[in-house]
Amino acid sequence: MAANSFRSRALTALAGLLALSFGSLADSRIEDQAEQFFRSGHTNNWAVLVCTSRFWFNYRHVANTLSVYRSVKRLGIPDSHIVLMLADDMACNARNPKPATVFSHKNMELNVYGDDVEVDYRSYEVTVENFLRVLTGRVPPGTPRSKRLLSDDRSNILIYMTGHGGNGFLKFQDSEEITNIELADAFEQMWQKRRYNELLFIIDTCQGASMYERFYSPNIMALASSQVGEDSLSHQPDPAIGVHLMDRYTFYVLEFLEEINPASQTNMNDLFQVCPKSLCVSTPGHRTDLFQRDPKNVLITDFFGSVRKVEITTETISLQPDLGIMESSNKEDQIDEERMEPLKYAEQLPVAQIIHQSLFWKETAAHLGSWWNNTCVSGAHGAQEPAAVHPS
Amino acid sequence: MAAAVRLALIVLLLLGPGGWGHAEPSRDSLREELVITPLPSGDVAATFQFRTRWDSELHREEVSHYRLFPKALGQLISKYSLQELHLSFTQGFWRTRYWGPPFLQAPSGAELWVWFQDTVTDVDKSWKELSNVLSGIFCASLNFIDSTNTVIPTASFKPLGLANGTDHYFLRYAVLPREVVCTENLTPWKKLLPCSSKAGLSVLLKADRLFHTSYHSQAVHIRPVCRNARCTSISWELRQTLSVVFDAFVTGQGKKDWSLFRMFSRTLTEPCPLAAESRVYVDITSSKQDNETLEVNPPPLTTYQDVILGTQKTYAVYDLLDTAVINNSRNLNLQLKWKRPPENGYIHYQPAQDRLQPHLLEMLIQLPANSVTKVSIQFERALLKWTEYTPDPNHGFYVSPSVLSALVPSIVASKPVDWEESPLFNTLFPGSDSSSYFVRLYTEPLLVNLPTPDFSMPYNVICLTCTVVAVCYGSFYNLLTRTFHIEEPSKGGLAKRLANLIRRARGIPPL
Repeated sequence: MAANSFRSRALTALAGLLALSFGSLADSRIEDQAEQFFRSGHTNNWAVLVCTSRFWFNYRHVANTLSVYRSVKRLGIPDSHIVLMLADDMACNARNPKPATVFSHKNMELNVYGDDVEVDYRSYEVTVENFLRVLTGRVPPGTPRSKRLLSDDRSNILIYMTGHGGNGFLKFQDSEEITNIELADAFEQMWQKRRYNELLFIIDTCQGASMYERFYSPNIMALASSQVGEDSLSHQPDPAIGVHLMDRYTFYVLEFLEEINPASQTNMNDLFQVCPKSLCVSTPGHRTDLFQRDPKNVLITDFFGSVRKVEITTETISLQPDLGIMESSNKEDQIDEERMEPLKYAEQLPVAQIIHQSLFWKETAAHLGSWWNNTCVSGAHGAQEPAAVHPS
Repeated sequence: MAAAVRLALIVLLLLGPGGWGHAEPSRDSLREELVITPLPSGDVAATFQFRTRWDSELHREEVSHYRLFPKALGQLISKYSLQELHLSFTQGFWRTRYWGPPFLQAPSGAELWVWFQDTVTDVDKSWKELSNVLSGIFCASLNFIDSTNTVIPTASFKPLGLANGTDHYFLRYAVLPREVVCTENLTPWKKLLPCSSKAGLSVLLKADRLFHTSYHSQAVHIRPVCRNARCTSISWELRQTLSVVFDAFVTGQGKKDWSLFRMFSRTLTEPCPLAAESRVYVDITSSKQDNETLEVNPPPLTTYQDVILGTQKTYAVYDLLDTAVINNSRNLNLQLKWKRPPENGYIHYQPAQDRLQPHLLEMLIQLPANSVTKVSIQFERALLKWTEYTPDPNHGFYVSPSVLSALVPSIVASKPVDWEESPLFNTLFPGSDSSSYFVRLYTEPLLVNLPTPDFSMPYNVICLTCTVVAVCYGSFYNLLTRTFHIEEPSKGGLAKRLANLIRRARGIPPL
């Protein structure tokens, strides 16, 4: 009897265990489907990378921005989707001992300037007004495509800013500032116009955390290199170049991003741990309360890379040759034969014609002057006839 | 991926022979050339030119098929009704005195001049829009071009291509001297080339070498040219030029041997397959004149002689489309060697170190006959510490005299001197050559009056400060910290009583 009850208890325990396992299997499938639902719904990626400092000793800010540019390009975002703003030219600066290079590691190990960089806003064009116009889309009518942020409501945008900052402001080119309230309002304008799906804001300046304190639009995640009251410090100088090459926070972010490839599954929580106080001396901060997804579900490549969802199809499409081009070319050959007299090149320095031209203007001026005299003096001496040369 | 490959295959089949009706001859052609000119100062200049000629009338038809001519520029011509466009970005200045005349000089910064067609109604509006579009294409701040830096030249800048009439109302010219040229301007310029930077001469265009130069100028020129000798129809010509001057001392480390690898850190491997002509010209005029001073390796198969910029010049020609010059197994790395060193043979310069060693400059110069040679050097004296001044600093500071050691040709040949027999004044310098004699001359020393500090100032400052402190601060201190109270005069102390005793003894009234 006891053995029976023991066996039956074991059987029920086994049955219970099996039921549990089946249940958990079903649960995990549902969980997978649910996770798919919470993955990011973006279809394109944009990046706005801003360096706001001028002068040679701020080399490190340009190197910061270029290292993020390099990582972002490497992970797949094309130049047409990157708005790069550099407030000064370090690579071809007369003080650069190796022209056309910007290094991030000392002993000139890594040239972040590269061979195919495209800077959209440079030198004096990097102003607060231009930056806000790029963000909100209110650019003047003639602005070329490469200088616009043509994002839509399914775009994930990465905004990286670096320079000199303080509690609540960021300096642009040592002559003007942008406050955290203006920045928050710009992001709200972007949200109202549905110009982003999700936004990642990274800032590497002194007291950087003050810049994201005032954000109030949804779907924004922010990272900063230091808290209010702390300074962000630079990393290492290079004796050959003579200036500090990078800031600490961005240096360690660059090292972190060098490990990422487009297929990697690293998430944002790892980015939050990137520079602990022992390495960075300042305390990096982050803000995720406005973000709807859990940071551990957000992939780094959601913002830094451009991972597209691809649908592979097996149906074939047939193309017809375009007959329109051939017809127009036939027409053109006929038109060409109509012009019978030959064309000629212009004379580069027609001295006689130029002198004649100046004489013409002098005559006209003299003629006008004399006409004026006559009308004012009411014909006292009669009209003076101009000289015999008349313009043809 | 497999579907895409299949798709591509199907497309190719349809466009194969017979799919087009009749074979269409290509209407655009590319010619590329590189001219290497060794300059008299030991530097070397390299000029690239890439010319795409398109036999098409862009203004009359709707063009949708672009082959070699870049679409970005073709659309500009049709949209803004351009007659000509010339845009250049330059860093540095072409030193005609040392380098000779340039092929095509450009001003430092950015220069843009444009002739519009006479069908344009609002030229200023088109000009503004065009400069904005170009600033986006070339990553430059050309959007700063506005009425404050635009002019309408009335006599110069006549069209360089075919022109119907030259009403200068349709010409606009602007220059931005502050514009910097760097890799971000070179990248879109390279992307306009048909072979990009993958084959042909454009593989040599590496930014880190091209910007380490004394002069860098890249330009884009678009103009209509005659299609054939009869000149009854127009072709559009796009020329992309790039001129650089490599400095002998900065890039060459003082040596005057040049090679393609030394200049560009690349060699030529293959011609551009889309190019009709791909040539390298090397200026060997000096070698033909002064008995082979310049040696070019590998030796050229053909040469080209013509009058260029007023002088007769000879060029060695290397045709990259010729398999004898370049093929799969052999790269082309041109080497230029100076066989005899140029006239300025020897220069030795040792800069000064503060409080350690002075400047030293030694030069070996060959003076041409009947000429005057001036040698000047600028230097600065470092500011001395106040203890290092002499007691009479207003006298000035001395710069030691320069020394000139020369071998002067002798008019009359001298016979060798016997040291024991000849007088002493003839045996000061050992003479080896009978045709010249050695002489050493000195210049005057230089006395330079430099600003000296006023050595009495520390004493003056101490006196003045102490006076001010004592008088002003001291008075206030006293006023604020002293308290005054009334004191009853004392009746008398011991000394007073003794004095009164003595007075009484003497009969004088007491105190």
